[in-house]
Amino acid sequence: MSTTLFRFATAGSVDDGKSTLVGRLLHDSKAILADQLESVARTSAERGFGGEPGAIDFALLTDGLRAEREQGITIDVAYRYFSTGRRSFILADCPGHVQYTRNMVTGAATADAVVVLVDARKGVLEQTRRHLAVVQLLRVPHVIVAVNKIDLQGYDQGAFNAVATDVTALTRELGLTEAHVIPVSALAGDNIVERSVNTPWYDGPALLELLESLPSLDELESELEALRMPVQLVIRPQGAVAHDVGDPGSFRDYRAFAGRIASGTVRVGDAVQVFPGGATTTVTGIDAGRVTLDAASAPQSVSLRLADELDAARGAVIAASGSLPAPRRELEASVFQLDPRPLTPGARVLVKTGTATVQALVTAVHGRRDLTTLGLDAAERLEANDIGQVSLKLSAELPVEAYADHRRAGAFLVIHPQDGATLAAAIVTQPVA
Amino acid sequence: MSETTTATREPRVEEARDSLDALDVLESEAIHIIREVVAEFERPVLLFSGGKDSVLVLHLAAKAFWPGRVPFPVLHVDTGHNFPEVIAFRDETVARLGIRLVVASVQDYLDDGRLRERADGTRNPLQTLPLLDAIASGRHDAVFGGARRDEDKARAKERILSLRDEFGQWDPRNQRPELWDLYNGRHTVGQHVRAFPISNWTELDVWRYIEREGIALPPLYYAHEREVYRRDGMWRAVSAVSPPRAAELVERRTVRYRTVGDMSCTGAVESAAASVAEVVREVATSTLTERGATRADDRISEAAMEDRKKDGYF
Repeated sequence: MSTTLFRFATAGSVDDGKSTLVGRLLHDSKAILADQLESVARTSAERGFGGEPGAIDFALLTDGLRAEREQGITIDVAYRYFSTGRRSFILADCPGHVQYTRNMVTGAATADAVVVLVDARKGVLEQTRRHLAVVQLLRVPHVIVAVNKIDLQGYDQGAFNAVATDVTALTRELGLTEAHVIPVSALAGDNIVERSVNTPWYDGPALLELLESLPSLDELESELEALRMPVQLVIRPQGAVAHDVGDPGSFRDYRAFAGRIASGTVRVGDAVQVFPGGATTTVTGIDAGRVTLDAASAPQSVSLRLADELDAARGAVIAASGSLPAPRRELEASVFQLDPRPLTPGARVLVKTGTATVQALVTAVHGRRDLTTLGLDAAERLEANDIGQVSLKLSAELPVEAYADHRRAGAFLVIHPQDGATLAAAIVTQPVA
Repeated sequence: MSETTTATREPRVEEARDSLDALDVLESEAIHIIREVVAEFERPVLLFSGGKDSVLVLHLAAKAFWPGRVPFPVLHVDTGHNFPEVIAFRDETVARLGIRLVVASVQDYLDDGRLRERADGTRNPLQTLPLLDAIASGRHDAVFGGARRDEDKARAKERILSLRDEFGQWDPRNQRPELWDLYNGRHTVGQHVRAFPISNWTELDVWRYIEREGIALPPLYYAHEREVYRRDGMWRAVSAVSPPRAAELVERRTVRYRTVGDMSCTGAVESAAASVAEVVREVATSTLTERGATRADDRISEAAMEDRKKDGYF
């Protein structure tokens, strides 16, 4: 379904100019208000930024924590909001340091696009490779590589082409089908909002033009896929009805399954199948608060009324009839290790996917991705920031699917059973049939 | 005063739609978060001040569980310096919705010496202790708040589900990763979680949604005449707790409030926007942020909000 909301994240190695790019984008799209600009200008002057009066350190706009401003680095994701005539944007400005890659993963997981910055003078660095590997793992729909500081290379086409060639080779190796490569200067504003006269040899769009035109995740997915709705809870008010229901008696037997549609469309009268059990029934009503809908699509939050009294609670999944995948207890998964404690075979963990959380056992660690060769190296454990391949056995069957086929049914968290920490972000890979 | 929820409208049937606008997506995200927290926690509570953001969260909660009742109580940390119109609105709203209101009173803490008045007279930072005590005594494991990331640069760093230790502290350098829409609210004894369903809404989104849904707010969000004086570049209301100093000239002006907090630190802006449509237009063209325009407590230092949050503030 089409929407005017678009989420994107910025990534890339430290000092490649992410925060400056974000500041420039906000400034040039007029999203920075006078008092913010004044406060940043004051701090810039106090720190002698740029040496010339009136010069603004755009990074101060996004580095919101004291420790970040003091060290001039980004530790955690900062979310920023701006809009143009065509779209509302949610921007996740992610850290570049390798030790904070977990926060970059946080910013990229919900993104429709990731803008990876590369310094035109340095080219592709290890952290560029790591971030692009994360983008590939998470299957972010669009990748934009902004080759930054092109002004410092004298706007030289050859310098840009050299980096662009490396980037394209890397994205192809990673299996990222579509990567847009743009020459930019975040500091000078070239090709950020408008195409720059300084790069006449570049005939592609400016960054903002691209962000305004790329289809969002929900536009790409929901129409093509079958209905899936994980049940969050059952709404059954009995005596405790809202003050505005009119005749409380008419809601005495009300029972509906509340959830956010993960994919597809549901219409009143549709035949649906419910996991667990696989029973088939019919949708008799779709409620969104006091409004009754004929149909609803991802990512709407609704309550579904069904014709039959089924035993379905939190963790159940309502799916288009005939589309429910075979429930599985054994999974192959790609994981990004977030926690400093290594993930090892035999680890007892929790797996959270959709609205279900079950116990699980890590039955094998198959290897970790080498960021230089991009191959899978043998490994017995996964350390923080490793991308690896593991097998898991679940304590109960779940209707998971390959993430490549179905994002919301193939993404899961690996959680520490005692302290509750999120140990790893994981995606289900193709089942070994 | 009219209704907070869509009660004035009859239930209606909507045709299938082929697109969702940004407000639809934000609403759906917020309802999803509210339902997740209610499903996974034992004793959630909503921080409710009667300000527009908490009114919005309550409206979304009413939608999330309709035709059931909002399944959690609300908590107000009352500084004792709140606008009387806002307190009246708060009481009326909870009475109508049939939900329980718990008030944690800063004044009680001042009266019995657990807290001491600050030299600058502002009571906003004093809210933290009564808040943490109320969370502990209510055994609340999840606390909903109406904070938005666009309000402040420290809040821009906040997770949707934010883990707090027994001192309510926020550790911004070590936040739990938050992936996809899978919110991990697991915590150990003594910890609790702050949940921010409208994290991704801007001030303008909030006003557009208030307009679209016909949500009622305390009257001081709209233009009205008031005795005010100028201090720190803001219009401050004349009241018992915020008297003008000798050199401050009292005038009668048409003003409205963009944020509604403690009278001792909240300023008004000059405005002729008397209806929600006019406010939407005003906010869309504003050149100042809402906190920059109206909150003295955020001007204390560049990291004022970060420091308060680390101490357990919302």
